[in-house]
Amino acid sequence: MNRFAYVEARLHENETFVSRDRNVKIYDGDQKTEFEEGEIVLTTHRLFWGRPGEIARAAITLCLPLSYVISLSEETASSNFFGRKTRIIMHLRPPLPDKAPGPLESSRATHIKLSGKNGMSVEFHSALRETINARIWEISLVSETIINGANTGTTSPMSDSNDRLARIQKRTGIGGIERSIEAKARETDENIALAFQDLSVLMAMAKDMVGLSKTISNKIREQKGEISDDETVRFKSYLLSLGIDDPVTRDNFSSNTAYFNSLAQQICEMLLDPIEEHGGMMSLADVYCRVNRARGLELLSPEDLLHACEQLNGPIRLRSFPSGARVLQLESHDDALIAVDTLEKVQAAESLAVEELAKQLGISLLLAKERLLVAERLGKVCRDESVEGLRFYANLLLQRAMD
Amino acid sequence: MTDFEWPWEYTFPPFFTLQPHEETRQQQLKVWSDLFLKYLKHSNKFTLNINEQDLPLFHNESLKRRLPPEFVLTILEHLQRSGHAAPLDKRRQEWQVYWYTLDEYGNMVYEWVQETGQVNSVCTIYEIAKGENTTQCQFHGVDEAVLVNALRLLEEKGKCELIELDDSHGVKFF
Repeated sequence: MNRFAYVEARLHENETFVSRDRNVKIYDGDQKTEFEEGEIVLTTHRLFWGRPGEIARAAITLCLPLSYVISLSEETASSNFFGRKTRIIMHLRPPLPDKAPGPLESSRATHIKLSGKNGMSVEFHSALRETINARIWEISLVSETIINGANTGTTSPMSDSNDRLARIQKRTGIGGIERSIEAKARETDENIALAFQDLSVLMAMAKDMVGLSKTISNKIREQKGEISDDETVRFKSYLLSLGIDDPVTRDNFSSNTAYFNSLAQQICEMLLDPIEEHGGMMSLADVYCRVNRARGLELLSPEDLLHACEQLNGPIRLRSFPSGARVLQLESHDDALIAVDTLEKVQAAESLAVEELAKQLGISLLLAKERLLVAERLGKVCRDESVEGLRFYANLLLQRAMD
Repeated sequence: MTDFEWPWEYTFPPFFTLQPHEETRQQQLKVWSDLFLKYLKHSNKFTLNINEQDLPLFHNESLKRRLPPEFVLTILEHLQRSGHAAPLDKRRQEWQVYWYTLDEYGNMVYEWVQETGQVNSVCTIYEIAKGENTTQCQFHGVDEAVLVNALRLLEEKGKCELIELDDSHGVKFF
């Protein structure tokens, strides 16, 4: 117990957090101490023990440099009349003479025990064992001694051999390589664990976020009359076009057909207005983006969406163009109508390229091209292919011939 | 020679692109075929090479549109079906184009022969195509090679017989 020192609970450079455990008490040898019900934190270099909350505040806590540890062992004891708990025994080197003051100045015990109400958790135990085996503190200590040695220019045979030993330990041979690989692997592990921690927090927050957007959209709906600002209106329409209260998911259905059928129904309900706004057609890519944005977390795969779209038989239908492009199209929106509409646009401009029509109607290039091709198939427009690109004209060739 | 009068289509850019729409394409081919015959008659030509890129017929300079060689071939094949054109080489690059079909030419010549009472007499090809006696006829100025082809057709019907004269032809009508 006299190896502990009072130290501020802050990480040094190069030192990283490894593991923690709660409700831990420390034994000096086999003797109980006053240090009970505390929190213990393991870093790559040291072991901290503090009263609950002290470590988080970076207050003065008990600290044991891991370099004291010779080896670990464990013992089991009965716990709460039933079950068993595991205590960790840490065998320690004698204290260094220049150690900072600690809770106990002298002790005859050469080991300490860590224990808790229900023993130490398995995770902490294995983390401790691995950290001790990795000896990361040695690496930084060694580099310090090398630098110090070089600075002071000491040439005593003692430090010289220490130097060499240190260097040998640091990077020589397979052992050195293995050590560095191990350290790297552990670091990656930690990073991944941290990343997933963030993700799970995000998942937990998602419900709140959906709720928040819902209240915002409700508020906006209530204030309908007062809004005049363009952007607010647009924001409102965005919000209203978002969000499905209860997305259809595969889990709720036993058969694929039932699933796709109700999915198709939902898609139909949510896309009816947007498709009408887009001039009666929407490419599948747009549909996919819109549907998944509205579903939030219950994302659809492209295959499921396609299957569902194939089931559509209401006011919206899936349509494949001869070019292979597939769109959802309003049933009321037939080719003759498209052709006449497109012809009007072409006549107004004398001639139109695909991108010009796309810009005029605010639709994608793909859809604009399909519109022109539909009109062409019905003989309403004709094409002009030249070095300047593809343009469409009103079909005067046929019209004037008929007149 | 007066300026050729182009049809309105000649200034309509899509006219120079083969249209995929069936009905439009047929109409387009019809207009082009007529234009080909009129133009060749106007410029007094009987042969066309597909690759004659700078011919005004194939190239509207002010519109910056060219008739692609494949399209020219399509039009010529269309003319061939109506008996107004025939390829001169296997690669179908050089074409003979008839203002009238060979049948029509044959009939016209035969009518002229009957009217002028030359049945059972021998004429030279030059006499028929370029001679003073035919200046009023539709077939005056016809290409001699075209005329020979027309007469061969007439020969098959048994209305005349071609006679080889040195490196030219003579013809006897029945």
